[in-house]
Amino acid sequence: MSECMEVTATTLLEPKMPRSWRRASKPHKFCPGCGHGDVLKALGTAIDDLGIQDRVVFGCDIGCSLLAWDFFECDTVQAHHGRTTPVITGIKRARPDRICIAYMGDGGGYAIGAQHLVNAATRNERITVILANNTNYAMTGGQMAPTTLPGQKTETCPYGRDIEAMGNPTLGPEMVAAITKENAYVARGTMANMRQLTTMLKKALQNQIDGRGFSFVEALASCPTNWRMNAKSTWDFVEKEMPNYFKVGELKVPAPKEG
Amino acid sequence: MANEVKIALAGEGGQGVQSVAEIITEAANEEGKEALYIPNFGVEQRGGVSIAFVQIAEKQKIGSPKFEKADIVIALSDRAVLRSRQYVDERTVFVYDKSIQGVEDDLPKNAKQVLAIPAIEVAKNELHPRVFNIVIMGAVLHATRVVSEEQAKQALENKLGYKFEQNPELREMNHKALARGMELVAGLAQG
Amino acid sequence: MTDQTINQQKPVQGEKRMFMTGNEVIAYAALAAGAEMMCGYPITPQNEIMHYWTRLAPKYERRFLQTEDELSAGFSTLGGVLAGRRAFTATAGPGNVLMQEPLSMAEMMRIPIVLIVQQRGGPSTATVIYSQQEVTLTCYGGNGEGARIVYSPSNHQELYDYTLKAFNTAWTYRFPTFILGDGYQAKMRESLTIYDPAVRGVQMVPTEPIIGGPGAPGTEREAVHLRNTFNTEEELYEIITAMMGEYDRIAPSIVEHEAIQTDDAEILILSHGVVSRATAAAVRELREAGIKVGSFRPITLRPFPVEALRNALKPVKKMLIVESAQGQLAKLCKEAIYGETTPIEYIFKPGVGVTAEEVVAKVKAMA
Repeated sequence: MSECMEVTATTLLEPKMPRSWRRASKPHKFCPGCGHGDVLKALGTAIDDLGIQDRVVFGCDIGCSLLAWDFFECDTVQAHHGRTTPVITGIKRARPDRICIAYMGDGGGYAIGAQHLVNAATRNERITVILANNTNYAMTGGQMAPTTLPGQKTETCPYGRDIEAMGNPTLGPEMVAAITKENAYVARGTMANMRQLTTMLKKALQNQIDGRGFSFVEALASCPTNWRMNAKSTWDFVEKEMPNYFKVGELKVPAPKEG
Repeated sequence: MANEVKIALAGEGGQGVQSVAEIITEAANEEGKEALYIPNFGVEQRGGVSIAFVQIAEKQKIGSPKFEKADIVIALSDRAVLRSRQYVDERTVFVYDKSIQGVEDDLPKNAKQVLAIPAIEVAKNELHPRVFNIVIMGAVLHATRVVSEEQAKQALENKLGYKFEQNPELREMNHKALARGMELVAGLAQG
Repeated sequence: MTDQTINQQKPVQGEKRMFMTGNEVIAYAALAAGAEMMCGYPITPQNEIMHYWTRLAPKYERRFLQTEDELSAGFSTLGGVLAGRRAFTATAGPGNVLMQEPLSMAEMMRIPIVLIVQQRGGPSTATVIYSQQEVTLTCYGGNGEGARIVYSPSNHQELYDYTLKAFNTAWTYRFPTFILGDGYQAKMRESLTIYDPAVRGVQMVPTEPIIGGPGAPGTEREAVHLRNTFNTEEELYEIITAMMGEYDRIAPSIVEHEAIQTDDAEILILSHGVVSRATAAAVRELREAGIKVGSFRPITLRPFPVEALRNALKPVKKMLIVESAQGQLAKLCKEAIYGETTPIEYIFKPGVGVTAEEVVAKVKAMA
């Protein structure tokens, strides 16, 4: 899409979308009100602003994130559940000049792929992991996830998550921050603050571009379908409920690169 | 040597049976023979009885890496005697160390020959305990003739040459150990 | 030369007779094949492949990554292959179970990964020593019905030759390719000749990036979008049917076997891998005793040499299947000769080696 586009009826009707988005696959496949679209919009904007579209290799996981397999006009591989981190690690190790992004949900990152997230972070892999936290396994029909909040009802905890039996929700960025070196970038953003989320994703990608270290951003995201909420309650949950437990902000910011 | 020779060496971890097997098979390979060596190995990195399976042939490629019966079995501890007697039949020469106590009843009854050699004693009293496995190597070489003494010395050189450079006495001691090992078996064969 | 100096020369030059373990053979073969990357996780009896690779690889600018488990080893190797590297991994036993997950992705997405399997005893942790119990898993271990190529070498020379070949097969046909070895082959030492493939006229099939290649996606070229998930039954059916059709077409150029004295054999011994050493020795001995016996060995377990086996069966009155497993080769064999009525006897020794002596005794009892 050119920078200065002639204004026509079509362009007027088209919502503004990042240049790195693939127009042929839009409108996207996510449910109405799903947070993935917003997180991927922030990511698309970050890719555009950094001018790295040609170098990006994007990997998506299983879960709703797989619906992003043709989302960007970037080379993309959709992996198995939890395994996007090692696939992207392999690509980065084989081609360090690529900007490699692993995109996944909370189940992929904190449950089935937790060992990969932990070890990629420990090894300080020069990749960027972006994790959408919507507090449930959405694609499989709304089961309890590592991030399901205390008392929150899902298909596999229909009476609410009992933290005595099932433990506390995983605090991913806090965990990653604890095990990474100073040159890692770790943050938690939210779809409720797109400007901040975009900035975080840019910093995360910049950390990889600079070859400094691992970067990880969790993004709080909505799932009205499985939460069984209307628009207002969905927004309230994302904006008010989730941040009570999942604190939004930067947990680890490397010192700016010299020179 | 016979057309194909099968050797089982059994000892305690640390007695060096695996390095003896390695040196002999490398020497045989250098002579242009076909050799195959496989260690037994389990989950234990140390401890337990260690067995080396060695096969050497003049020309023909070796068949399966392990075998049922050996031409010569060397057992260097009481447990090694128990573990290795299964490889003995009426064609087998069974060699064990004279110093092993209380194994008289466990020695194989079906062997062609059972030889007790004082390898541990010779190494300890005449040489140095560390060359015990080279005494054993000499015994194996004399009993099987799988490689020449010269080739065996060359193989020792290849394996330990860097140590010999630092300490030439070590070379001499190893050569002596090899010769003594050969004598131990030669003496019994005559007797 | 210090350890980290980059050597511009080829790691294997000319030809050279060596005396080494099978794990060492594989490391050298991978180097000679121009493999650029290995990701691995420790499991006995394949560890020394990594040990030799990690010592040699940095001298030739090859990559290594020790991962957190076999899943990660397999998937990061896939990442390396996708990025255009000749990449491989190695595993055994329970690790092979985990490795089936990345390998099924390789099947679906046609990723030319090479996997070395050194079989150990099973089920579960069992022994670290030896078996032929990973035949079914290695040939058919993925979920769904993927296509893959499995070589079963029987000696160190073949271990070297087929490791070279596995990279070329994988990159030519874009099916994941396996070398199915075992703990005996991994740990034993014997002689072989290692060589630079070029001196034998073997050209290594060039690799190329499957993802992240040159050119701006969307403008200079189409963006690559790879997936293994499909929405409809029809989409999947079309993909599997096309894949299987292609596999069937190329199978005749891949399939390999070895037949020893099968022309007039009344008893045919079927075995594969290291056990074939015992059956070949048994055939020599039995022929000297005047027994009309032959040996047939599939070198590719998948695709299976169906036609060759059926041909070898023509003069045969009885068949003997020998394996260090409880009937995994037998299963492949019986499927291949469906309809034949030749009586079959077995030596099944799950997790235990087979010697020529016991094959000789069995055949004498059958004759």
